[in-house]
Amino acid sequence: MSSLLEAKGLYGGYGGADILQGTHLRVESDEIVVIVGPNGAGKSTAMKAVFGLLRIREGEVRYRGEAITNAKPEQMVRHGIAYVPQEKNVFPSLTVRENLEMGAYLMKGDLSQRLDKVYTLFPKLAERRRQQAGLMSGGERQMVAMGRALMIDPQLLMLDEPTAGLSPLLIDETFERIKEINAQGIGVLMVEQNAKQALAIASRGYVLATGSNRHEDTGPNLLADPEVAEMFLGG
Amino acid sequence: MTDILQLLIYGLVLGSVLTMGAIGVSMIFGILRFAHFAHGDFMTLGAYLGLSFISAFGLSSWWALPAAMVGMGVIAVFIDQVLYRRIRRTQPVILLIASFGMALILRSLVQLIWGSDNQTYASGIQFPWQLDWLGGMRLKPDHLWIMLISLALVAGVHLFLTRTRLGKAMRAMSDNMDLALVSGIPAERVIMVTWVIGGALAAAAGVFLGIDTRLHPVMGWTTLLPVFAAAILGGIGRPYGAIAGGMIIGVSMEMSTLLIPAAYKPAVAFAIMVGMLILRPQGIFKGTV
Ligand SMILES: Nc1ncnc2c1ncn2[C@@H]1O[C@H](COP(=O)(O)OP(=O)(O)OP(=O)(O)O)[C@@H](O)[C@H]1O
Ligand SMILES: [Mg+2]
Repeated sequence: MSSLLEAKGLYGGYGGADILQGTHLRVESDEIVVIVGPNGAGKSTAMKAVFGLLRIREGEVRYRGEAITNAKPEQMVRHGIAYVPQEKNVFPSLTVRENLEMGAYLMKGDLSQRLDKVYTLFPKLAERRRQQAGLMSGGERQMVAMGRALMIDPQLLMLDEPTAGLSPLLIDETFERIKEINAQGIGVLMVEQNAKQALAIASRGYVLATGSNRHEDTGPNLLADPEVAEMFLGG
Repeated sequence: MTDILQLLIYGLVLGSVLTMGAIGVSMIFGILRFAHFAHGDFMTLGAYLGLSFISAFGLSSWWALPAAMVGMGVIAVFIDQVLYRRIRRTQPVILLIASFGMALILRSLVQLIWGSDNQTYASGIQFPWQLDWLGGMRLKPDHLWIMLISLALVAGVHLFLTRTRLGKAMRAMSDNMDLALVSGIPAERVIMVTWVIGGALAAAAGVFLGIDTRLHPVMGWTTLLPVFAAAILGGIGRPYGAIAGGMIIGVSMEMSTLLIPAAYKPAVAFAIMVGMLILRPQGIFKGTV
């Protein structure tokens, strides 16, 4: 059996020097995989590279065994990979419902079932369906962003810092939702700054620094590793 | 009082023309991030296409409208594919300059094909209705039609933007291009539809101008300034703002003739545009982002 997602030896960047220096990643369908690391480590860059948003110069990305290196984002969506960027991850002038509809732009047929699924996971969005996303709070916007991604019924959900800027209460709630999503059989790959909490729910974690893998282990083991704790988890 | 009402009507007619142009300018800016300088000449070319169509088939003036709109919708996509598409990935300023060049090309083409004399859709004078219940104000049937058809086109654009998948995708793209890409929205198709709508509405503006006055190779170019003023006033990139902007600029330009000579009408549009850029560059409506 091949992995849901496997990226090996990625090199690439934004046109200048390579940001990614041989990064590798693997996600299985039943896993929540967390990437942690200091600011500027290349975590977001790795996500973008996997999703086809920047050119991979060397290395390869496989999805269920099939090579998808440098495929277009549109093809990623058709494969069932959804990605929520770190910033600006909603359409501010569109309503909540319209944001969700845009997530399913490539999907044929009736959207009501997909919408219902998202509304069940995030009841708040059902209440606010007619509201402009740009006028919502940070927490609600994150829900819209995740909801948009879930509209394609993805096999793999990629989240870049889904809890950034949220209150402790909302952070807990977000991680609960992510566990629920994963329990539905969706593999989750996420970058997180709240490393302790994220690793606590993670199947496995990667510690990334200056574009390459530093550590890689199960969530609990990484949490217990003194070196990791000192470097990235704030002791 | 009647004077003011009369000027208000003229203002709304001019406003309708400007709105048709400004919606396109605003949409194109929203999606492609450049000011489309050839938009005025799209209006001109549209007007002349309508002229050729009605004279070829011996039809009455208003038949120029659908023919021009269809024709310019197609030509706008063609121009985009041949010229703008190739330089889309460069800086917006390069697109702006290219569109300036396209404006010159289109204007010369119109002169070459149709000559530089004034032309009209129909000869003869249309007699206005005298509205006694409005203090004897006069209203030309053509003016009424220009306003009604503009209203219908605006309603059509609104329905398109709010009810159709492609229309919503267009708003999504002008909101957040990167996220649209990530969502799998097919950018090139949305861009194509933007040009169809922008081109067709520009042609409508051109035909309205031609019906109201006459056709001339620089008719669109000289209207471009107030069209830009309307788009900027409404907050460029926002088609709804363009409607308000168009009406405000149109009415202000006509009303200004109460105080200053009519030759200064474009200066009024320019003054409003500059004032706006200094005081509220984001447009009259509050930003959403
Ligand atoms: N669009 C871009 N163009 C050029 N360089 C970029 C771009 N985005 C990021 N970089 C550079 O790439 C490097 C890695 O950035 P990246 O955003 O991947 O870091 P990160 O690990 O996600 O950090 P953070 O925790 O702050 O989100 C940084 O040096 C950054 O300056
Ligand atoms: Mg990042």
